[in-house]
Amino acid sequence: MADTTDSRLGLNRIGLYAALALLVAFYLSPLESAIMTAFKTQTGFFETSPFVPPTPSTFTFDAWGQAFDRLEQGLVNSLLFTIPATVLSATLGSLVAYGLTNTKWRGQAFVLVLLVAGIFIPYQSVLVPLSRFWSIVDVASLFAWFEPVADRSGLVALAVTHTAYGIPITTLLFRAHYQSLDDSMLEAARLDGASIAKIYARIILPLSIPMFAVALIYQFTNIWNDLLFALVLVQNPANDVVTMSLTSLQGSMVGQYNLQMAGAFITALPTLLVYIFFGEQFAEGVAGGGA
Amino acid sequence: MRSRILRVLRPGEQADAESEQQVRTDGGTSADRPQRGAADSDARADGGVTATADQPSRARRWLDSEFVKSLPFWLPATLLVGLFVYGAIGWNFVISLTDWTGLRQPTYDSFDFEMYEVFFRNVGKGGLLSGPHTQEYWALRNTFVLLVVFTVAALVVGLLLAILVDRDIRYENTFRTIYLLPMSLSFVVTAIFWAWMYNPDTGMINETLRLVGLGSLTQQWISDPQFKLFAVMFALVWQFSGYAMVVYLAGLRAIPTDQYEAAKVDGASLVKMYWRVIIPQLRASTTSAAVVLMVFALKAFDFLFVLFGTRPGPSADILAMMMYRESFGITNWAYGSAIAMVLFVLALGVIAPYLYVQFKRGEL
Repeated sequence: MADTTDSRLGLNRIGLYAALALLVAFYLSPLESAIMTAFKTQTGFFETSPFVPPTPSTFTFDAWGQAFDRLEQGLVNSLLFTIPATVLSATLGSLVAYGLTNTKWRGQAFVLVLLVAGIFIPYQSVLVPLSRFWSIVDVASLFAWFEPVADRSGLVALAVTHTAYGIPITTLLFRAHYQSLDDSMLEAARLDGASIAKIYARIILPLSIPMFAVALIYQFTNIWNDLLFALVLVQNPANDVVTMSLTSLQGSMVGQYNLQMAGAFITALPTLLVYIFFGEQFAEGVAGGGA
Repeated sequence: MRSRILRVLRPGEQADAESEQQVRTDGGTSADRPQRGAADSDARADGGVTATADQPSRARRWLDSEFVKSLPFWLPATLLVGLFVYGAIGWNFVISLTDWTGLRQPTYDSFDFEMYEVFFRNVGKGGLLSGPHTQEYWALRNTFVLLVVFTVAALVVGLLLAILVDRDIRYENTFRTIYLLPMSLSFVVTAIFWAWMYNPDTGMINETLRLVGLGSLTQQWISDPQFKLFAVMFALVWQFSGYAMVVYLAGLRAIPTDQYEAAKVDGASLVKMYWRVIIPQLRASTTSAAVVLMVFALKAFDFLFVLFGTRPGPSADILAMMMYRESFGITNWAYGSAIAMVLFVLALGVIAPYLYVQFKRGEL
C-alpha cells in the first residue's frame, strides 16, 4: 500500500465500482426490459425502447390481468406438487445423510457415491422409462376411490419423481453439515445409551434447522422451475403446471410481448420472492450442490 | 474434520470395531479406547446377552450393529433413488436395444445394438468434414460446442465477478445477490426474457447497439443460423456465471491473505498477482464448477424448447432436444432411448473422473 498514492488508489476504486455497476446493468437488463414491457400497451412496446419506462399514454395493467388468468390454474398446480416434493426430498435427504454420516459401518461411501452420482444424471436418459413407469403405475385408477388425488394423477407422479431426483442433492447438503458437527457430543450421547433414532431426534434434528432452510429453498426453486418432467408426465391439461402454462401462453400470444413478460414475472414471482428473502440460503445451496 | 471423514470412510473400520467388541465381551473395559463410541454401545448391548450365553449369536450381533440400526434412515430413500435413477437408466438401456416405435406397447423379445449403429452411422454420413450433415451430426457437434464454449465462458465470467466482488467492496452482498439472481429463475422465464432481448426490431440488444452507434452490428440473433447457438450460449452464461462466481469466491476466501501481502511486497502488479499467485490455486474450484456447468449445459433443453420448440434447426439442435423429438415427437422410442444413452455416457465421462477423485481424497 505504501507505494500507491491516494489518488491512484481512488481512481482504482472508481474503476472497480464502475465495472461492478456495469455488470449490475448487464445482469438486470433482461429483467428491466421485461418489467417495463409488461406495463406497456401494444403500441407502447412496439414504438418505444424496451428499457424506457411507459408514459401515461402507454401505461397499462391489462397484460398482468390477462396473463394471470392464463396462469392461475398452473400456479395452483405447481404449488400442489412442488410443496410436498420439496418437503419430502429435504426430509428424506436429512435422514439419509444422517444414516450415512453419523453412524459407523462399512460401505457408506459406496452408497453415497451412488446417490451423489444421481445429481448429475441428464434427465433425458430416464425420460422414456419414466413415462412408461407412470403409465403402468396408473395413479388415476389406483386412487379411483379418492377423486382429489385421482384427478391430479400427473401432479402425484411429478411430486414422487421430483422427490426421488431431489434426494441426492439434499443428502449432499445435509451431509456437509453433519460432518461439521462436533463428534464428541454424539459420542457422549451414545455412551449414555441413546439409540440412533433418539440421537437424530434430540441432537441432529434441532441442529439441522439452518440446513433445512437451505435445502427447502434450493429444492423449491429447482422443482418449481422445471419444465421437462412436467412435459412428459402431465397428460391431462387440467394438471398443467405453471412452466407449461407459460410455455403455451408464449406459443399462443406471438408478438404480444407485454403479456409474455407479465406471464414470465408471474411465473417467476414465487422463486424471486424466495430468492430476495433467502438469497444467502440459496447461495449456500448452490455452492453445496456443486462441491 | 478431514481426519474424521477419513475415519468414517476407511475400510476396515468395522473390522476394528468388531475385534474390539470380541475383546470387550471377554471383560475388557471401554476405557482403553474412549473415542470408539459405536463399539462401546454395541458392547454394552451385547453384554446383556453374553452374561447368560458364552457366545453372542451372530444374528443377534448383526441386528445390533450400527449398520442394521441405521437402515431405516437411509434405505427407503436410497431404494427410491435407486429405482428412479439406476432402475430407469437400466430400463432405458433395455429399451434402446429393442425396435420399439409407435403407440403400441414395447416388446422385449429381440435385442441388438441397431439403434446405436444407426446413430453413429448417421453421424459420419456424408463425411465428417464435408457434409451435407445429418441431424445426428449437428446435434452431437452442437452438444460438444455447448459443453466446451459455454463452460469456459461461464468460468471466465464467473472468475472475473468473483475477483471484483472479493476486492473488499461495500455492499458486497448486494452485488453478489444481483449476479446470482438469474440462476433462481426458470429456463422458461429466462428464455422468454431473452427472446424479447434478441428481438431484431425492438429488442434490447439491437436497441443498445444502435444507441451506441454500432447499428451495423445488429443481427437477427435467434433466427439467423449463424448466431443462434452463440445467442443461446450468451444467455446461458448470463444465467449461470453467478454460479461460477459463488464457487470461485469460496476458493478465493480460502487463500490466506499473507499471499496477497507477499505478492504486494514483491511489487507484482495486480494482474500479475492474480495470474501467477491466485488463479493457480483455484484449480479445485475450477474443476468442480466446470463439472456442474457442463451438467447444466446438458440440461439446457428447457431453454431451447421455449425459444425454438422441438425443431431448433441444425445450427442449434442438441442431443437432449433430438432425444425428446425422436421419442415424444415421432414415437421412435428405441432410437430416442439410444440417444439418451449416448447423452448419459457423455455425462458419465464428465462426472465419473470427478467423483472418483473426490472419493479418493475423502472429500465426498
